[in-house]
Amino acid sequence: MAQADEIAGGRASALLSLGARAGRLIVTVAVTFLGLLLVTFLIGRVVPVDPVLAVVGDRASADVYDRVFREMGLDRPLHEQFWVYLKKAVTGDFGMSVLTANSVLDDIRRVFPATLELATVGVIIGALFGVPMGVFAAVRAGTLTDQVVRIVGLVGYSAPIFWLGLMALLVFYARLDWTAGPGRLDIAYEYMVTPQTGLLLIDSAWQGQWGVFRNAFSHIILPGALLGYYSMAYISRMTRSFMLNELAQEYVITARVKGVPEWRIIWRHALGNAAVPLTTVIALSYAGLLEGSVLTETVFAWPGLGQYITNSLQNADMNAVLGGTLVIGVVFVALNLLSDALYTLLDPRVRRRA
Amino acid sequence: MKPSLRLLAAAALAAAPFLASLPARAETPPDTLVQAWAIDDIISLDPAEIFEFTASEIAGNAYEQLIGYDVKDVANVFGVIAESWTVSDDGKTISFKVREGTTFASGNPITAADAVFSLQRAVILDKSPAFILTQFGLTKDNVAEKVVQTGDYSFDFIMDNAYAPSFVLYCMTATVASVVDKALVMSHEADGDLGYGWLKTNYAGSGAFTIRDWRANEVVVMERNANFAGPKPAMARAIYRHIPEPATERLLLEKGDIDVARKLGPDELKALASNPDIAIMSGVKGSIYYLGLNQKNEILARPQVRQALKYLVDYDAIAETILDGTVIAHQAFLPRGFLGALEDKPFSLNVEKAKALLAEAGLADGFTVTMDTRNTADITGIAQAIQQTFAQAGITLEIIPGDGKQTLTKYRARSHDIYIGRWGPDYQDPHTNADTFARNPDNSDDARAKPLAWRNAWDIPEMTRVADGAVLERDAAKRAETYLALQREHQQTSPFVIMFQEIENVAMRRNVQNFVIGPSFNDNKFGGVTK
Repeated sequence: MAQADEIAGGRASALLSLGARAGRLIVTVAVTFLGLLLVTFLIGRVVPVDPVLAVVGDRASADVYDRVFREMGLDRPLHEQFWVYLKKAVTGDFGMSVLTANSVLDDIRRVFPATLELATVGVIIGALFGVPMGVFAAVRAGTLTDQVVRIVGLVGYSAPIFWLGLMALLVFYARLDWTAGPGRLDIAYEYMVTPQTGLLLIDSAWQGQWGVFRNAFSHIILPGALLGYYSMAYISRMTRSFMLNELAQEYVITARVKGVPEWRIIWRHALGNAAVPLTTVIALSYAGLLEGSVLTETVFAWPGLGQYITNSLQNADMNAVLGGTLVIGVVFVALNLLSDALYTLLDPRVRRRA
Repeated sequence: MKPSLRLLAAAALAAAPFLASLPARAETPPDTLVQAWAIDDIISLDPAEIFEFTASEIAGNAYEQLIGYDVKDVANVFGVIAESWTVSDDGKTISFKVREGTTFASGNPITAADAVFSLQRAVILDKSPAFILTQFGLTKDNVAEKVVQTGDYSFDFIMDNAYAPSFVLYCMTATVASVVDKALVMSHEADGDLGYGWLKTNYAGSGAFTIRDWRANEVVVMERNANFAGPKPAMARAIYRHIPEPATERLLLEKGDIDVARKLGPDELKALASNPDIAIMSGVKGSIYYLGLNQKNEILARPQVRQALKYLVDYDAIAETILDGTVIAHQAFLPRGFLGALEDKPFSLNVEKAKALLAEAGLADGFTVTMDTRNTADITGIAQAIQQTFAQAGITLEIIPGDGKQTLTKYRARSHDIYIGRWGPDYQDPHTNADTFARNPDNSDDARAKPLAWRNAWDIPEMTRVADGAVLERDAAKRAETYLALQREHQQTSPFVIMFQEIENVAMRRNVQNFVIGPSFNDNKFGGVTK
């Protein structure tokens, strides 16, 4: 009986701690978002750009200007403006973008999938090539292989992505004709797919439109590979350093003494352990790509989040900037939670502690 | 298999789908015109609000106005929606007769009710371009009595003064005077907004093309209007793709993935000139590049300094090298092609003369001054060239680079020294530029009207009076004479160093025929394009 009580008590306290953890998480997330919005809002008001200009242009009469100034609530004190924005935002109303004449939510529904799709392709390529390259470099540390990987990585990390993008277009699109050009689809394929997720590859595959799928793929592969190269550089460097650390551990020596095949030591034992911090690295790279790479989007005429936020900021279209910033905040928090969750899967010690 | 070989095989397997991604090559469809441009300036598709380059051009092909003009000879004005018009004896009323038997894209007939509604709506909504109509004495409160329907196909336009008929008619060619489909617009009215919320992103016109879709910063899709009263367009669709990077545009054009490239710099144009598949078409546009010298700056306010700076710009060198092929030298506030435009170019780089003038102003050792410069390639290029020539006379020019809206905010607050600007006319009448370069009714800081003369704190009561008189001159020849005299004086005395007039260059695949480049963006037409 006493034992059963103990078990029940244990469950209750586990439940309680789970509840407390969830509560803490919610508070942390809420405070993060509030801070994020506040800082972005203030930056928007400090920028020496007149937001009314975005709406009325340079030629409007003084009356039109004054009316719009009031309509935008700019005559009220800052804290009041922020409070009004916040109240609406909580109900899911992020206001209208003055530049696109749409609600910010509609805009984000349109531009974010474009970025999500590109970033996902990018991070897949980055991880697929970056991890093996890092492992090779670690195993052959100090050899020519290591140097080659280092140089390839360094070029990816330090060459201006704008220039790389143009060069890639020139070679693979203009000269070799291997890929399609800028944009998400050829004009001929527009409107053949009904947007559901907004991710063209998924939507077209789901609807069985394989012609569109092929076209979308041939459009995304070049910017995707470029972003992939960029993140590969980072991932391979990090993998190398994690692997060097693992390969120096005693369990590796023990395994070698026991006669475990070398490939198994490297790919199962050492990489298995390096996978835990590597998850964070990949998640962070992914988050970085999801912010939208303005320059890549510009070169490849990719209608994504980066261009949207930059353009909005330059015109002081603050509703759009705040909405976009919030999306990036959500992405970071979500990816952090996801990598936490993956930790528990990958590392039994974390599981036990939890 | 050796581990490294195994890995290689895995990598090859992973790369297979990429290698298999050879694109299905798709040239632009034969019945579709695809243009690449930076379309991020579009903020609305409602003609009562449209004021930006791209949207004006779209409206020019999707809507019809009461009046039109021949793009090759702008003095030739003709009716479009209006069939004819008469001016009353006192000159204050213009009676329009609307052409019968034409319809909107929706199938609704075009009547005087639509024309009256469109003009009244633009005045009541009072968006940025509304002043083009309200300058005739129309207000929200009186517009119902000023724009009056007199029959199914006739209406009167009543003004507060006997304005020059050419002035009024040119204003009726502006986008803001487009005729919208009253029944369709009003069926989407919400909270008494006269359909504004809907028309911002939709279409209710009668032009050669309809607007099917606008995705901001991505694409505008237009389709042939089957009900268009004029010759039916050969193209079933006309598409604008947002390609902000000129180098990318060039690649797309050379590959044939677009038909027309609209945003090319001098470098791309030069490279394309030798390509046998590409034709480059040019047209003189109304935009003017100028320096605004703030008269609040005590040094710039000295007449000799203003004059000296006009001798310290190497007009020809900038036009021929930095802005190669995208501008022509021009030194008066009315662009070529406008009634009364002055084509004299009295200034050229003359350092000695400038030095003498500066010495006369007591500034023989030069001075230091700042220039707010938009960080675009053309404007920055001009600024750097000017910096060098100013230096030859001992003037230290500090360039303050900034984003477009940022420098403009500063300019509008009159807190600049020198501003390097570009100004495009709002409508085809000379008053559009006289109104801003040569009028300043109130130079106080809290003035209601803030024309360019105000922004540079140039107080000109006499010149303002002359400019005001010019809009009432009903004899076109005399009117042109007034503007010529005004420009001659302005050229010598004003704090504006007017330098260049813009040339629009459009590069297109050689099979594209009949693309029309007009003096304003709403005159660029592609209804007749074949390929």
